[in-house]
Amino acid sequence: MVELTYKEAVRDALREELAHDERVFLLGEDIADPFGGSYKVTLGLSTEFGLDRVRNTPIAEEAIVGAAVGSAITGMRPVAEIMYVDFMTLAMDQVVNQAAMLRYMSGGQVTVPLVIRTQGGAGRSSAAQHAKSLEAWFCHVPGLKVVMPSNAADAKGLLKAAIRDDNPVIFLENKLLLMSTDAEQVPDGDHVVPLGQADVKRAGGDVTVVATSRMVSRAVAVAESLADAGIEVEVIDPRSLVPLDIDAVLDSVRKTHRLVIVHEAWQRFGFGAELAAQIAHEAFDELDAPIERVAGADTPIPFAPSLESIVIPSDERIEAAIRKVVGAEL
Amino acid sequence: MTVAAPDASFFGLPTSSLLDLLRKMWEIRAFEEKAIELFTAGELPGFLHSQIGQEAVCAGTCACLRADDYITSTHRGHGDLIAKGARPDRMMAELFGRETGYCRGKGGSMHILDFGRGVLGANGIVGAGLPIGVGAALSALLRKTDQVCVCFFGDGASNIGAFHEALNLASVWVLPVVFVCQNNDYAESTPRRVQQTIADIAARASSYDMPGEAVNGMDVLAVRETVGEAVARARAGEGPTLVEAKTYRYMGHYIGDPGVYRTREEVEDWRARDPIASFEARLAGAGVLDAGDARQLEAELRRLVEDAVEFARSSPDPMPESAFEDVYA
Repeated sequence: MVELTYKEAVRDALREELAHDERVFLLGEDIADPFGGSYKVTLGLSTEFGLDRVRNTPIAEEAIVGAAVGSAITGMRPVAEIMYVDFMTLAMDQVVNQAAMLRYMSGGQVTVPLVIRTQGGAGRSSAAQHAKSLEAWFCHVPGLKVVMPSNAADAKGLLKAAIRDDNPVIFLENKLLLMSTDAEQVPDGDHVVPLGQADVKRAGGDVTVVATSRMVSRAVAVAESLADAGIEVEVIDPRSLVPLDIDAVLDSVRKTHRLVIVHEAWQRFGFGAELAAQIAHEAFDELDAPIERVAGADTPIPFAPSLESIVIPSDERIEAAIRKVVGAEL
Repeated sequence: MTVAAPDASFFGLPTSSLLDLLRKMWEIRAFEEKAIELFTAGELPGFLHSQIGQEAVCAGTCACLRADDYITSTHRGHGDLIAKGARPDRMMAELFGRETGYCRGKGGSMHILDFGRGVLGANGIVGAGLPIGVGAALSALLRKTDQVCVCFFGDGASNIGAFHEALNLASVWVLPVVFVCQNNDYAESTPRRVQQTIADIAARASSYDMPGEAVNGMDVLAVRETVGEAVARARAGEGPTLVEAKTYRYMGHYIGDPGVYRTREEVEDWRARDPIASFEARLAGAGVLDAGDARQLEAELRRLVEDAVEFARSSPDPMPESAFEDVYA
């Protein structure tokens, strides 16, 4: 084991894959030294691997992703950085109409092995254009894979898997996790976490909580506090939303008969809605309470800290939802 | 045929190269005319954009490319693809939506891709091929090959953000790309004077510090010469070029578009400058071949297209399960 922050873990994955495979290269805005990226994830990599392989781009998201698509189908394995997930709006043609569709449209003639790293999430007064959680958009599009690491070890292992995957992968980091200075345990060596394998973060028999990204650690914290009250919460981190390890959630729900879904993204038409529909369909008879969702309010993210904290899920809302589904059996 | 000796030289090119240009233009014209006939008869699903009138740009450009070079094309791209070497039979099968089509019936006219010939795709999104082509050129640079990518696009695409982002990126990274604008003066129905104020799209090259060349897109030799210089520059590591070929589409935006936005006189005026007829006349004038030879060549390519239709018609529909294949690798 080594001790790494979330950001260092992402950087480690990039460094190892750059060293491991000469087809891998990075492109994005401000990623080269001395700046090293808006969140400093790529700091040092252009010095180590050169500006040919760690390429600063103009502010031109469509060209960044388009160049990634064109190089991916001709033999490279690009890792593009889009500074904020909010800026993916500027690249959506290349993401949705091109990267996601090219293999299918061409009758399987090409593969599109690219990764788009970006980061989202609220919590630092970035307001409505720098703090969204847009994973549902990408999950909706056949042809894309969508990954949301919640901790340092997964950030490293999932990113390495994403870079080695032959499909376009949207890799959604979280800005508060990137800013965290907490060192976490990360396995040594070639640590690869396959996409599509959920992680049971905490075992419990009373209620299943499926949480994503930064909400995983919040759900675990709430679960620990509820253990004192005699409520045993099982916390599952799906890690990748596409592919989704639905079996892990089903197994848990068959044990607990209750499900709470926690994510920071807007509630309506979100990941929680999809997961709830799948579980309701596959395990209708297992459920002892309606499925609860704890999600971002359906508003833009406000600037003022006092308002921002209202619209994103809080520990209190998570706890209330858990208590509600547990109480529903009474 | 009583053509001149293959190694005889006219207009600075061997006879064989001149005949290849004529052959490609006829292959495109024959393919497009047949596609229109089939579409009008209701035999082809979807919709159809014809490149008739623009053959000199397709043939003149791709004559400058190697088999391993890349192109990206557009919704109006059959001619580009044929010129790059895509097979008419597999293209026609794709238009029919058959299993033997390039995309196994899952792409259709606007999405034909022939990876083996370096055709990185027609594209249903205006301007989308430019950033992709820039990426292919970047890939060539990083893989240390000397491949070149040509990005075909229209005058309409020169107003979209992807055009500007792609030219800028190709410029700052000194990439081996040639941007070939097929300026046919209309973005769907909108005439160019309503879309932009500049006289020459080629002028936009100056914003990106790259050479910009306007060329008569009805003159296959002029296209070949101008693009040839640009390709040589790209291959030598000297960066991108913007070539604007001024041309015209004879048909409407799509087959069935009556073209109410332009006059009959305008269309006839351009038809009088037909790239194939004018080239045949030049070749005949120089003694490369006579009218009878040209008709023989035309007939040969029309037969090739008939064979392609026969291949497509006799090909099976895709298997139902293939609808679910190749979503992911």
